[in-house]
Amino acid sequence: MSKITLQDLSHSYLQSQNKDEDWAIRNVNIDWQDGGAYALLGPSGCGKTTLLNIISGLINPTKGKILFNDEDITQKNPVERNIAQIFQFPVIYDTMTVFENLAFPLRNRQIPEDEINNKVNEIAEMLELTSTLNNRASGLTADGKQKISLGRGLARSDVNVIMFDEPLTVIDPHLKWILRSKLKELHQKIKRTMIYVTHDQTEALTFADQVVVMHDGQIVQTGTPVELFKKPKHTFVGHFIGSPGMNILSCQINNGSVAINGTKIETSNSNIGTSNFSKIELGIRPEFISFDRKGLPVKILNVSNTGKNKIIETESDGGKIKLIIKAGEKVPEGSAFLTFKKDYTYVYGDDWIVEK
Amino acid sequence: MNKTVNQKAWFFVIPVFVLVAFNAIIPLMTVVNYAFQETFGNNQFMWEGTRWFKQILVSERFHAALGRQVLFTLIILVIQIPLGIFIALNMPKEGIGVPICLVLMSMPLLIPWNVVGAMWNIFALPDIGFLGHSLNAIGFDYNFTQQSGDAWFTTILMDVWHWTSLVVLLSYAGLRSIQPAYYQAAEIDGATRWAVFRHIELPKMKKVLTIAILLRFMDSFMIYTEPFVLTGGGPGNATAFLSIDLVKMALGQFDLGPAAAMSLIYFFIVLTVCWVFYNLMMRNESKS
Repeated sequence: MSKITLQDLSHSYLQSQNKDEDWAIRNVNIDWQDGGAYALLGPSGCGKTTLLNIISGLINPTKGKILFNDEDITQKNPVERNIAQIFQFPVIYDTMTVFENLAFPLRNRQIPEDEINNKVNEIAEMLELTSTLNNRASGLTADGKQKISLGRGLARSDVNVIMFDEPLTVIDPHLKWILRSKLKELHQKIKRTMIYVTHDQTEALTFADQVVVMHDGQIVQTGTPVELFKKPKHTFVGHFIGSPGMNILSCQINNGSVAINGTKIETSNSNIGTSNFSKIELGIRPEFISFDRKGLPVKILNVSNTGKNKIIETESDGGKIKLIIKAGEKVPEGSAFLTFKKDYTYVYGDDWIVEK
Repeated sequence: MNKTVNQKAWFFVIPVFVLVAFNAIIPLMTVVNYAFQETFGNNQFMWEGTRWFKQILVSERFHAALGRQVLFTLIILVIQIPLGIFIALNMPKEGIGVPICLVLMSMPLLIPWNVVGAMWNIFALPDIGFLGHSLNAIGFDYNFTQQSGDAWFTTILMDVWHWTSLVVLLSYAGLRSIQPAYYQAAEIDGATRWAVFRHIELPKMKKVLTIAILLRFMDSFMIYTEPFVLTGGGPGNATAFLSIDLVKMALGQFDLGPAAAMSLIYFFIVLTVCWVFYNLMMRNESKS
């Protein structure tokens, strides 16, 4: 039960680091509030697992500090940190029964046997494992095994944080739903800090109150799912979250106003400082674009129907633009004009949002 | 779907059948032939029924050889399996040390068996051999050609040197196949080193260890070349294991009938032990 703070955390798997790419994690600063449900979202290889292993103490960071309740625990081992971690593949002890598996972390900590009994039964009840308690754990299905891994984390009542490293990878799709809602339910019941690592945006957005998006070893944005959708602070967030992702268009700045090849575009943030960037781009989500009589001229390339909506792919001078309209709406033939909702149109300088 | 009947496929089995016939069935049947008959040469045979078998089964000489053989195999397994696992656990897991250790470990396995015997014979000679001379120099009365205890010691040491590597390599392969997450989870669960070995490493090594024990049992139970070159079964009959005794009977005394019966009994013992052992292991496997 504690607040977890990461301070100026960097980690590299190499002996010497000369360029940004040598770092698996770069300058991570973040506070995980006690009792929060967090998702750590990012593509494979962005450093999510490294960050998780640093928090749990399996990896010692090259630079920076980890604080639990403002106490520096960077040098402490996983046992002293008192955390729980659930891995991608279910880790169970083959030779033990389900009961012994759940009791294992408690027995290692010399907890009295009757207390272990109560605790294990309580956890088994919560995870619906009671009927299999005396079976050999190796005989269970993948989701049953993953429940055991989870149960071993929950068995200790005082863990500081429970971390999940893509825990549903090997679970059947229809069971994923059940387990995911189970997790959510558990979080509400036990109010323990949970960090859930995934590359699947649906998983992240349904599980977490706060989503932390990682890209190339950096945290690019932290926020609620709605914030990430409405105002991505980095082009990667715009691109990665949403389906289809944000349109990122090349644009020009003239006298403080934004234009795509001469067509002026109204944005919510274009005022100052934009000239210092080597790359200027404009971001707009497909949901906030509509056809109009005037605006940005485009050629219609392709229309695909998703049932409720139509996704239309068009080509403009700034690059390809996708937009979503209702299935009933008419799609113009050949060429058309687009207008963007001003409040959701942003200017990005070197991939980061330009703040007013 | 109707399957078409085409018996021509049997022709594909012929090469295998011929090979197996020549290297297994025909030699084995020759032995069977001798085991139930008496011959005085000239291809003349007389039916003896189970006489040779009865004779072998009650013979003190056979009991003694079998006793020596079982003792030898037990000692070999008791030393080599734990030692092999221990070495495998302590081998480096990454870096330049891995290939170096693997090559060093493989070397004894690549040496022909009679060379191993000859090497150890010279190595252990009490007057000029490094091992024999050194042992005597530091005060041990060591002479493997005269004292049966020393002969056993040398034979076992030689076999440990020659074959522990096999257990090491198999165990190492088993250990390497364990996902790092298992170790990480154990670390988080606060498991001791012993618990990690007992509950993660040993169960994950079970399959390769089954193979290792089976191979080491078969090879050590049928050992011939190395002790033949090293001690020749001596001093006296001290290291005359089953196969050495068998060859003495067949080629030394030319008692082909009893020797054939003995080889069948010998073969039957190896087969039975392997079958029982394998089934025990596999039954455990399907239960879990």
